[in-house]
Amino acid sequence: MLGMNAPFQNGLTIDARDVTVRFGTFTAVNKVNLTVSQGEVFGLLGPNGSGKTTLIRGLCGLLPFAEGVATVLGRDVTAESEAVRSQIGYMSQKFSLYEDLTARENMDFYSGIYGLSPAKTHERQDFLIELSGLAPYMERRAGRLSGGWKQRLALVCALLHEPKLIFLDEPTAGIDPVARRDLWNLLFRLSAEGISLVVTTHYMDEAERCARVGYIYMANLLAVGTPADLKKLPGVTPLGTRWLEIFGTDSAALLEKLRGNLRVQQATIFGQSIHALVEADATAADLGVGSARVVDTEPSLEDVFVTISRAQAMNTNA
Amino acid sequence: MMNNGFSMQRMLSVARKEFLHIIRDPATLFFALFIPVLELFMLGYAINTNVSNVPTVIFDAANTKDSENLVRAFENSKDFRIVRQVYSDLDVSQAIVAGKAKVGIIIPQDYSKNLESRRTAYLKVIVDGSESNVAAEAINVSNALALRDSLQRIIGSQFLPVEVSPQILFNPDTRSANFFIPGLMVVMCQMMAIMLSANAIVREKENGTLEQLFMTPVKAPELILGKLIPYLVLTFVEFCTILFLMRTVFQVPIAGHVLTLLALTLPFVFAMLGLGLYISTRVGTREAAGQMAMGTMMPSIFLSGYVFPLDSMPWPFWYIAQVFPTTWLIDAARGVILRGAGWRELWIHSAVLWSMGIFSFALAMMKFHKRLT
Ligand SMILES: Nc1ncnc2c1ncn2[C@@H]1O[C@H](COP(=O)(O)OP(=O)(O)OP(=O)(O)O)[C@@H](O)[C@H]1O
Ligand SMILES: [Mg+2]
Repeated sequence: MLGMNAPFQNGLTIDARDVTVRFGTFTAVNKVNLTVSQGEVFGLLGPNGSGKTTLIRGLCGLLPFAEGVATVLGRDVTAESEAVRSQIGYMSQKFSLYEDLTARENMDFYSGIYGLSPAKTHERQDFLIELSGLAPYMERRAGRLSGGWKQRLALVCALLHEPKLIFLDEPTAGIDPVARRDLWNLLFRLSAEGISLVVTTHYMDEAERCARVGYIYMANLLAVGTPADLKKLPGVTPLGTRWLEIFGTDSAALLEKLRGNLRVQQATIFGQSIHALVEADATAADLGVGSARVVDTEPSLEDVFVTISRAQAMNTNA
Repeated sequence: MMNNGFSMQRMLSVARKEFLHIIRDPATLFFALFIPVLELFMLGYAINTNVSNVPTVIFDAANTKDSENLVRAFENSKDFRIVRQVYSDLDVSQAIVAGKAKVGIIIPQDYSKNLESRRTAYLKVIVDGSESNVAAEAINVSNALALRDSLQRIIGSQFLPVEVSPQILFNPDTRSANFFIPGLMVVMCQMMAIMLSANAIVREKENGTLEQLFMTPVKAPELILGKLIPYLVLTFVEFCTILFLMRTVFQVPIAGHVLTLLALTLPFVFAMLGLGLYISTRVGTREAAGQMAMGTMMPSIFLSGYVFPLDSMPWPFWYIAQVFPTTWLIDAARGVILRGAGWRELWIHSAVLWSMGIFSFALAMMKFHKRLT
């Protein structure tokens, strides 16, 4: 129902080359190179203000590129912005439907504005209401929906015109875990239909679910790859170091101790345990963790992002 | 594959949505419709530049038959209302200083004596000049009364040789309501149109919904026109309401055709809505839009001839006034309502207003880009 689409010349849904966005003299996105293939769920991560939203807006044609070119769905974003926009869906970071209109009125409005015929409107709305489970809430004002349903409504409105690519800017921010899981299940269904998705998030568990992940830090895309690839990046586990997971009874005290140890480069709480980057030859005794259980582990995605951000910060400061 | 033309469907979708916003916000709707009507009543009843019933005190020091006749003459004129008879010059000035009276008339002790001995008898009229039109009128009327009395004394019982019989065209009672309300109607209409439309796009900017709209195939003319339609309807409803109240409550006769007036109002409302939408595209917040709307409205209210007659303005202002659509519609509205003017007299107004309407509309559209900056 969502419609399969033929691949483009190079099979890439997004092909961005050296794209740069500036606000005056401030560079919000710096020479970013990025590809997304058809049906891929691409996760975009990065701290607040790193440029995720700006990059997405640029790729949607909402902001002009100061440098670089981006081909989206086989068309140049700058030159054919209208044509590109008509085939992509965009769910902005801030809830941006009309709160004083009901869910149905919002859907009707977007159906009309996308120029769907009455028959098509009917078909799409029925399908998407079914898909999202919004049926009981259709007559409710959008502003009175709970966070999770608001996001589902926003997604549905962005899907009415059968886009082949959807940008979702922090779709799960501020919604409960169950609603988050439901929304992700919805996203995977779309992906299975061949729709490409670009999702920004601050949640590591969501990043793990993405086929590929990009990490932006201070306007620069520092790393791109599958979560597994990112964990194997040489910069994340420098020569002569290894990652340990340490299970102790008092994690807070343990963390204090580890951070004070010269053979420990980095340590963070990770759920019930602690992840630490230590010198390869350091033993449990060297670390002074006492009776705590210590096992070798691979870095988490969070470890990856923290480590490469630090390296980058040191580079720019040096 | 892409449809590049103007889409009626998209425009109507926008219009429908905008209508929903309006009815979902009854407070705004109520104030938009009700405040102008309230102002009509306030201004319609309060503003009365016709001078009548000026509170007056009289000190008749002569206290003779002649002076009594004179007092009666003042009493009988509609212009004065004798609030008190006082018994000293001081009382007269005190009454005026205290604001109890605007005019004091003092008939000196020697009034009758002078008349009898065929010397000029003086009549002292003290006028509070703080309200200039009242003062001027009081002086005029007392002069007229005195002159009439003098003439009658000189020529005796013969009829007066010359008498002016003024015939005032178009506003026979020289009622100020007749002059004011057509202007008020235009000004209210302007205020409502600009205020409503100045918020139209800025609201979407503030709520972030504009960004979402940019992603759709909607085009500037579809969006601008679509937003304009509901406001156009609303403004016309308001205009007709005021017109109706003007005719029924304030008894202002309409000499010309209502349809002529409505046909002239259409391009005016276009111009105002276009201006409001232009403001809306330029600013980022509703406050800024409100201020800018006020800023454009004020000069047009003062220079449009709504309050101060255009003909008595210094010439540079006269030229500036011609730039405001308000000036043209006020003139046209007074023309239709008071003078019964028709297309033969008003075609130029129509041409000017249409040009202004199209211009401001085009300006709003040109300044609207589907891009964030
Ligand atoms: N319109 C604008 N004008 C000027 N600067 C802007 C504008 N939009 C964003 N910026 C700046 O660009 C930088 C990147 O912002 P952006 O919104 O892309 O970050 P983000 O990664 O989406 O952050 P968050 O996680 O908080 O959503 C920030 O420093 C922000 O202040
Ligand atoms: Mg953001």
